Amino acid sequence: MVVDGIGASVRRKEDLRFLAGRGNYVDDINRPGQVFAHFLRSDQPHGKINGIDTEVASKMPGVIAIFTGEDFTQVGGIPCGWQIHSKDGSPMVEPRHPVLAHGKVRHVGDPIALIVANTKQQAKDAAEAVVLDVESLPAVASLGAALEPGAPLVHDEAAGNVCFDWQIGDAAAVAAGFAKAHKIVKLDLVNNRLIANAMEPRAAIGEYDVSSGEYTLYTTSQNPHVIRLLMGAFVLQIPEHKLRVVAPDVGGGFGSKIFHYAEEAALTWAAARVKRPIKWTAERSEAFVTDAHGRDHVSVAELALDADGKFLALKVRTQANMGAYLSTFAPSVPTYLSATLLAGVYSTPAIHAEVKAVFTNTVPVDAYRGAGRPEATFLLERIVDLAAREMNMDRVEIRRKNFIPKDAFPYQTPIALQYDSGDYDATFNAALEASDYTGFEVRRKQSAAKGKLRGIGISTYVEACGIAPSAVAGALGARAGLYEVANIRVHPTGSVTVFTGAHSHGQGHETTFAQLVSEQLGVPHDQVDIVHGDTSKIPFGMGTYGSRSLAVGGSAMVKAMDKIISKGKKIAAHLMEADVHDIEFKDGKFSVVGTDKAKAFAEIALTAYVPHNYPIEELEPGLEETAFYDPKNFTYPGGCHIAEVEIDAETGVVDLLRFTAVDDIGRVINPMIVEGQVQGGIAQGVGQALLEHAIYDKSGQLLSGSMMDYTMPRADNIPNIFVGTETTLCTHNPLGSKGVGEVGAIGSHQR
Amino acid sequence: MPQISLIVNGKPASADVEARTLLVELLRDKLGFTGTHVGCDTSQCGACVVKIDGMSIKSCTMLAVQAAGSTVTTIEGLINADGSMHPMQEMFREHHALQCGYCTPGMVMSAIDLVESHPEGLTEQEIRHGLEGNLCRCTGYHNIVKAIAAAWPLMHGKQVPLAAE
Repeated sequence: MVVDGIGASVRRKEDLRFLAGRGNYVDDINRPGQVFAHFLRSDQPHGKINGIDTEVASKMPGVIAIFTGEDFTQVGGIPCGWQIHSKDGSPMVEPRHPVLAHGKVRHVGDPIALIVANTKQQAKDAAEAVVLDVESLPAVASLGAALEPGAPLVHDEAAGNVCFDWQIGDAAAVAAGFAKAHKIVKLDLVNNRLIANAMEPRAAIGEYDVSSGEYTLYTTSQNPHVIRLLMGAFVLQIPEHKLRVVAPDVGGGFGSKIFHYAEEAALTWAAARVKRPIKWTAERSEAFVTDAHGRDHVSVAELALDADGKFLALKVRTQANMGAYLSTFAPSVPTYLSATLLAGVYSTPAIHAEVKAVFTNTVPVDAYRGAGRPEATFLLERIVDLAAREMNMDRVEIRRKNFIPKDAFPYQTPIALQYDSGDYDATFNAALEASDYTGFEVRRKQSAAKGKLRGIGISTYVEACGIAPSAVAGALGARAGLYEVANIRVHPTGSVTVFTGAHSHGQGHETTFAQLVSEQLGVPHDQVDIVHGDTSKIPFGMGTYGSRSLAVGGSAMVKAMDKIISKGKKIAAHLMEADVHDIEFKDGKFSVVGTDKAKAFAEIALTAYVPHNYPIEELEPGLEETAFYDPKNFTYPGGCHIAEVEIDAETGVVDLLRFTAVDDIGRVINPMIVEGQVQGGIAQGVGQALLEHAIYDKSGQLLSGSMMDYTMPRADNIPNIFVGTETTLCTHNPLGSKGVGEVGAIGSHQR
Repeated sequence: MPQISLIVNGKPASADVEARTLLVELLRDKLGFTGTHVGCDTSQCGACVVKIDGMSIKSCTMLAVQAAGSTVTTIEGLINADGSMHPMQEMFREHHALQCGYCTPGMVMSAIDLVESHPEGLTEQEIRHGLEGNLCRCTGYHNIVKAIAAAWPLMHGKQVPLAAE
């Protein structure tokens, strides 16, 4: 029995360096001969570039080079990784996204010039001396403004500012459902725009080796191989073997560090021009106007119910803000990551959704923690509450009545997804009990006696994690595979290094992945190291987002370890002169079934590397295996979150008193880390519901553009959080795990 | 360019700095103490908190020249000669009070100041209010509050048992 295996709250390996101040974040890295970059950015939401005069600036002290959009006309644009087709079959409008603005600026923060100088301050000083002639154009800063007839166009090729107009589901079945409805409830809903604000601002170093012709990009990324693919193949035409991307310790991502950003390409390209490593670190105010934003949907939903309160049909029309350019996964967020989740935990038989994606003169909008699924959950739970009110039904009862029953799995929803497992009554009942829902009336009266209002909110949800399989994702528009890769290297003395394509930027992979190895190979936890974030070390990988690292990346590790064990059995059979079918591997030992003959894992490893007595004719020496794991389906975590608040009616101050979360995330590897993930996600959901909002004024200026204006949740905004789990296992991956990174944010942000 | 000297983590250090150089820039870029982080540009996040002459301050709010002659302790300076950690660091690890680790150095420095300045004890609400100057985007603060509560008896040498979880 392994003590540090699956199910143990092992304390984190990575904490030792983080707590000692020895983390290795991009801005902590300094390369020999390094110089610094500053990006001069548009302060106008929309404008025509008539001229950029760099003559004075280029003679300023320390300035090495100044590049503008004109220098990047021969390279590709920043690509989009997901293609959506409109109802009429036409592909989405995909305007060129230049590395540096060319011809026009389209949002405040759009980069105009890259200044390279010996010091950061010299680069900034020189930026002040660049003379810009940018002619202001009328801008559209919101969905409403962009869709007005005759509105100014963000891109000439996108008529009416529409990127695509997409639909999913059976409109006729929905019409039939509405035709026989006893009641129809209608909801208008805004899902407010957010900024991820990972605590580490984005940073990058571009480097070029003149001798080998090899480029290296150090970058704050959740998926270095994806950046290598997008930037190398589509923007700069650098083949993979000449491009290394390193994402070392990364200080939080929440989606905002998935995407390939223009700065990465600009720095990599410029490093080869100036033949020096170039470092850039975003200031926070720069991050506000350049990191992809999240959410920003406006929806109209209608739910048809029969006289008993059973849902008959749901129709939803959503407008989704894409911002000024298409960020890497932007088109997938309101469509396949949101509309397909509109069944939620309910057995609604007919659903139809339409999504109109719209360009505006704002920062590009893309995936932010939950990415589409919080938007679907928010809409669904709000309309269900509204239905309960209008039907004069209890909101607990209306939910129970419509849950997909636990014996209905696998459950095919009317909008594409097939849920493999779940038990929504179990998480619901556990959350109601843990929150003392039945005691709420008493507490409400106590608050009323103090002159306060008290409220309780319930949210149930299902989400889809680990987008897969690749073939299905491809059919839906993904331009990449969505498998994961693991390479397991067993060393001669039996210690293990795992090379994973997943990337840890707070998730604790170095600890949990080592627990998986410890469990399966029987190797002590401290004999296992996890390597991630460097394309020169790891075979390949798709990275970490969509709560996929354990369900997909962990499964790849299991598959690779299966191969290790299989080879180990052959070696053991040879050493113990037994038939390979009689060899059993358990608790770190290969033994001959029914005898006391056994070989420890480390003995087999040594034999593999010192093959003196070895079946060399049939078996290669060494003990290292790689697996690419392409899942059969998404995973479907689900659960129930309950929030209780007290409101001072005179001041409007909302005090979040209690928060209860009960989630079904499949098999849990490290309960301590799971609780931390859920708590952190909830803080972001609470932030969206009560504090955070990225606001543009009508002209296109970001009003909440600093941490003084954009309200981040602080310690006294968040209560203690009860986290519980009720488990049904994922049926199609070897771990039974579903994913936990986003459930907190998906279940919690209802208002 | 003025040259300044100061003591960082018990050792003398000196550097040439521009008048406009911030203390955090001196620590990170000139002296190599990269444990102190920069998370914002408006003094909101607290990732850069260090101790200077016994007071905890945000090192982005002070010019390097103002720190001339001072004694500065950064997160690196909390590690003992034998490699062991400060009780606050230990409790952050024990209670999973960090995820990405970026806010952590400033959070730990602020937390130590909070506990040291409250010898009479700390309630949960006082801890939450005391962290007003520090942002964390990963943890939801729950475990940070627990870690600080657990570090208090260790730092004040009183045999108060840890609250049962």
